[in-house]
Amino acid sequence: MNSTAATTDKQRLIVVGNGMVGHHCVEQLLAGGALAHYRIEVFGEEAQRAYDRVHLSEYFGGRDAESLAMSAASLYEAEGLTLHLSAQVLEIDRAKREVVTAKGRFGYDKLVLATGSYPFVPPIDGAEGDSRLVYRTLDDLDGIRAAANGKRRGVVVGGGLLGLEAANALKSLGLEAHVVEFAPRLMPVQLDDFGGAALKQRIEDLGVGVHLSKATQSISAGSEYRYRMNFAGEDFLETDLIVFSAGIRPQDALARACGLELGPRGGININDQCLTSDEHIFAIGECAAWNGSIFGLVAPGYQMARLVAAQLCGQEGSPFLGADMSTKLKLLGVDVGSIGDAHGAMPGAKSYRYIDEATSSYRRLVVSADGKQVLGAVLVGDNSYYDTLLQYAQNGIKLPEDPASLIMPAGEGAPALGADALPDTATICSCHNVSKGAICSAIDGGCSDIAGVKACTKAATGCGGCAALLKQVVEHELTARGVEVDKSLCEHFAYTRQELYHFVRVENIESFEELLAKHGKGHVGCDICKPAVGSILASCWNKPIMNPALVPLQDTNDTFMANMQKNGTYSVVPRIPGGEITPEGLIAIGAVAKKYDLYTKITGGQRIDLFGAQLHELPEIWGELIAAGFETGHAYGKSLRTVKSCVGSTWCRYGVQDSVGMALLLEDRYKGLRSPHKIKFAVSGCTRECAEAQSKDIGVIATENGWNLYVCGNGGMRPRHAELFATDLDDATLVRYIDRVLMFYIRTADKLQRTSVWRESLEGGLAYLQDVVINDSLGLGDELEAQMQLVVDRYECEWANALKDEEKLKRFRTFVNEHGGDPDIHFVRERGQRRPARADELHLIPVTEETV
Amino acid sequence: MNTALNLEAAWQPLCSAADLVANSGVVALAAGEQVALFYLPETEQKVFAIGNRDPKSGANVIGRGIVGHLQGELVIASPLYKQHYRLHDGGCLEYPDQQLPVWPVRLHGERVEILR
Repeated sequence: MNSTAATTDKQRLIVVGNGMVGHHCVEQLLAGGALAHYRIEVFGEEAQRAYDRVHLSEYFGGRDAESLAMSAASLYEAEGLTLHLSAQVLEIDRAKREVVTAKGRFGYDKLVLATGSYPFVPPIDGAEGDSRLVYRTLDDLDGIRAAANGKRRGVVVGGGLLGLEAANALKSLGLEAHVVEFAPRLMPVQLDDFGGAALKQRIEDLGVGVHLSKATQSISAGSEYRYRMNFAGEDFLETDLIVFSAGIRPQDALARACGLELGPRGGININDQCLTSDEHIFAIGECAAWNGSIFGLVAPGYQMARLVAAQLCGQEGSPFLGADMSTKLKLLGVDVGSIGDAHGAMPGAKSYRYIDEATSSYRRLVVSADGKQVLGAVLVGDNSYYDTLLQYAQNGIKLPEDPASLIMPAGEGAPALGADALPDTATICSCHNVSKGAICSAIDGGCSDIAGVKACTKAATGCGGCAALLKQVVEHELTARGVEVDKSLCEHFAYTRQELYHFVRVENIESFEELLAKHGKGHVGCDICKPAVGSILASCWNKPIMNPALVPLQDTNDTFMANMQKNGTYSVVPRIPGGEITPEGLIAIGAVAKKYDLYTKITGGQRIDLFGAQLHELPEIWGELIAAGFETGHAYGKSLRTVKSCVGSTWCRYGVQDSVGMALLLEDRYKGLRSPHKIKFAVSGCTRECAEAQSKDIGVIATENGWNLYVCGNGGMRPRHAELFATDLDDATLVRYIDRVLMFYIRTADKLQRTSVWRESLEGGLAYLQDVVINDSLGLGDELEAQMQLVVDRYECEWANALKDEEKLKRFRTFVNEHGGDPDIHFVRERGQRRPARADELHLIPVTEETV
Repeated sequence: MNTALNLEAAWQPLCSAADLVANSGVVALAAGEQVALFYLPETEQKVFAIGNRDPKSGANVIGRGIVGHLQGELVIASPLYKQHYRLHDGGCLEYPDQQLPVWPVRLHGERVEILR
């Protein structure tokens, strides 16, 4: 009854466009709880869900569509939210409040237009096919890649921001790249003449041809190359393909057709609330015109998306009053920055300029007539000045005595603007509109490091441009609150786990005492450094952990190779690789459980946990398990736990690969691997993902052509989906990549840091990890594999090893001077099994029950 | 003279030196009382005896903790909730109200002896 009422009560909200801005709006709607009030339908013209257009050129650098995606696909699987891809909206019927698509008509109560923009291609005779390519979508990039195949030279028409990005893309396809610009300088909107000249010099040094003041009149057949571009005058340039990137135009065709008011130069007219001339329709991003202007950057688009989402969720949202078009980029590897009034157009504006022809660097500072405030700036060659200048400009901070010092080369005492000089209102992250004040309250709310602040505020998770500034602010605020940013492991080692690992490797250290003597303080250590070093020694040399020198380093679970429970008894977990077990195996485990009266439970990792064993019973229990063919499951260690699997192609009608076989191979290879934290794997036999591989540190999902590898996911306190790392791998490559990922993790992670947190702390993120592992960018690949092979070769079941040695078994006595168990351990029976007695149950237990 | 003789007589044999594990702990029963014994061959005192019952959990687990040196004191970390007790007087670093019993203990030839 209630649910029916709720469904019919819900309003219909349609978002047209699934680009970065449309996606951000959906994200904000979900975060604001919009699904309680709306059924949301999203229409995207492209085949892919929203992807990161800002980093489009990385598509040619090895990133695939999935890794460029703005979110996990699951975001759009929320109840009440539907994403239609490859679904162009053909018409808006404002009278009926419906949008029309090839699939039918969809009604709306509220409509958000986020249709974006399209590349402007000037009308030029002969421009068609490969001489009329554009650079905007993944499909466009596929087109450029196809056209470039086997070709030598490519030309980009347009020397603006996008044009230079496109030239970079051509360059990474191996073409000789040229840029043709109509204006007399590059990036005419953002740069002045000197800046343009410095940029031209730098880009030419990279082997990219730059042709200025060239108007292409026509395109005809070439003699040496496929096409010939004919410029005004006698000039010409021959090329195999031409990409037009001469500016963008708002995608306002739908709005125009249904009679919405447009801006004077196109774009859908919006007011300060992003509302169009129809009170039921909003427009956001590059398709919208506010005060006649189009905002072709992602930050203002996000600002509009947040505003509209807030209003739809019944909140107020700050009105859109224009946006700062300041921008900093790396174009073809060259730093370029432009802030505010870069051209000094304001009345009375004065400029300071720094020109370095030797390195082609240029900086211009534009200050107000009274010389008190920064109005704008231009930077070419070094963006390290950008953050400070932007803060001066945005927050009206009073200029220093000598304003020129702000753009003078560093090292001459330029007064850097410390994080403390920023007011609380200063915007640190413009993508997510995070102020310094918001960061301070996140810290006051308990965030104690950069990762925490990022997770809490989303700062530096958009374009990432503010990462350095965020780090400064967070470290400054932490220090101001008396939090010492100290990375010492403990009072005995003034080093991080990573540094200790390095010492152990490089100096071939095999004992705690040696490491402590060489790099630590004192001669005992503590319960923090001992297990951490024990784990490092095991990761590096994989000696049995019951060796006399290693025993004192282990936590009790590792010492007794079982998991201590709250009453001091242990649980025992035999390895059941891939979750596959014979009836004989099950019976053997059952017999042991029955004989020792152990509480038995199936674990989440497809094995069986036996609870309630006392110390002196462990060797007997393991003797029987090993005799039945089992080995230790390392459930007690910071090490590989399980490789969960589904039955795969052997039994399942959907399976495409033998997932159990792969799980067995992987579990056999990595069992016994000690690491900074526990590691879980899973292998699924098809995309239905029954083994839940995407929630594991290492997830493997079968495809028609091999295996997709996912890395760095986990469940637990803060669940994180694993990320797609590589696709369609053969068995050998899969194992090689896993070897490298895990050894790199062991080498660089912090103490007790799971792969997910480690991955989030990697500067450069997933792309960096891929570069290290797949492209071997650090030249470590062979070494990492060899180190893993050593661990694999030295594997020995720790329990089998201990049972062979009377000396080691000596420890498995509850009392060294009496037989039998601890008389203070009491059990009661519940649902047919034993469990620890609670304090209030103890008086019920007859004192004669315990027999010694 | 007499006092010394009496003291000498009060040292009771507990277990053998071979039962101890270097730089780690074992547990012995002394007339029904559980005593955790830590053998630290590098220290002057060499053997330490401290109560085996962890006051925080109520479980008899202290003998299975890790030995450490914190703030200038030798300590044992309880394996369940990781609080630290000083080996020489049984005081807890984190919770001053928690106190473990300690006993004089010594190596006497092949025997470990306790004074209770």
